[in-house]
Amino acid sequence: MLPFIQKMVVDQKKWLEEDEMVDCIAIAQSLPGVLAINTATYVGNRKAGLSGAVAATLGVILPSFIVIIILVLLLRSLGTSSYVEGAFIAIKAAASGLILYSAIRLGSMVVKGWFPWVLAIGSFVAVAAFNVSAIWAIVVGAILGVLYAVVRQRKGAL
Amino acid sequence: MTYFTMFYLFFRIGLVGFGGGLAMLPLIFQGVQDFGLMSRQEFSDLVALSQITPGPVAVNAATYVGFHQAGLAGAAVATFGIALPSFIIMLVVARLVKRYQHTLGVKGVFAGIRPVTAGLIAAAALMLAETALFNRPVFTQSFFLDPVTAINVIPAIIFGISFLLIYKLKMSPTLIILGMGVIGAFICG
Repeated sequence: MLPFIQKMVVDQKKWLEEDEMVDCIAIAQSLPGVLAINTATYVGNRKAGLSGAVAATLGVILPSFIVIIILVLLLRSLGTSSYVEGAFIAIKAAASGLILYSAIRLGSMVVKGWFPWVLAIGSFVAVAAFNVSAIWAIVVGAILGVLYAVVRQRKGAL
Repeated sequence: MTYFTMFYLFFRIGLVGFGGGLAMLPLIFQGVQDFGLMSRQEFSDLVALSQITPGPVAVNAATYVGFHQAGLAGAAVATFGIALPSFIIMLVVARLVKRYQHTLGVKGVFAGIRPVTAGLIAAAALMLAETALFNRPVFTQSFFLDPVTAINVIPAIIFGISFLLIYKLKMSPTLIILGMGVIGAFICG
């Protein structure tokens, strides 16, 4: 979705310069929230202030909103069908494989050295095996990240 | 009450959901269960739907859960809940982060959260797999004692092939999902 937004905003509409768009995406990705909404809010606000931000956010939400409601209504009217059930089982199985691939790809990019390995595996085991709240995994990761950065800087200074 | 619960649940997810839609899935999975809004099985249907529809997974999820719980108004409330933190954060916090992004604290926070999001995405894969590939939860005694009978064979094969198609051949995810969906309609039903 991001390359598409980038192309529209920079090349076609010329709302932002290329480097500001890169900046915007970097910030949108590092902050919490829905990535597409983060980006839309930033671009809308830059171009037309608060009302621009509202308009851009609505624009990025509405298609999903409408599509999902139509799909749910459609599935309800289909009722229980073994074809639909079979398709769902297969889609879930396939999606598990694709999501696993995403985890591995992201892991190979950001997990370098023992410390991120501990965080990645620790959060996986905590959430998947012990049903620890993912919120805690994120909070603990942030705290450990700061501690690790401080310790490393002290070591470097010695 | 339901409206408030839904708003609160999705607002909270939007507020702490780092690392994009897939990393948010465990938050949403756990949230809908904590609040008893939906079973994991029902919710996994939405994750499946999200794979074949465009748009952010988190918005799809909010709309789906909200609509399921309280119709059109519920969908609107939940979707508003997930969007509001993004909106506020980008208008207010983004400026601060930009100013302090090279400080040790901010760099440390991001360095800690990034690997966690990789772990969370792996957890999302397992949560979804538990609803399709296995007939009982993976991290349980009964699974480890007898893992072979816990596996649903055909979905497991579909899982393996899908993984290889994207890992080795870099095939388009949408194409894989649609293809497997069509095959599944005839052999998994």
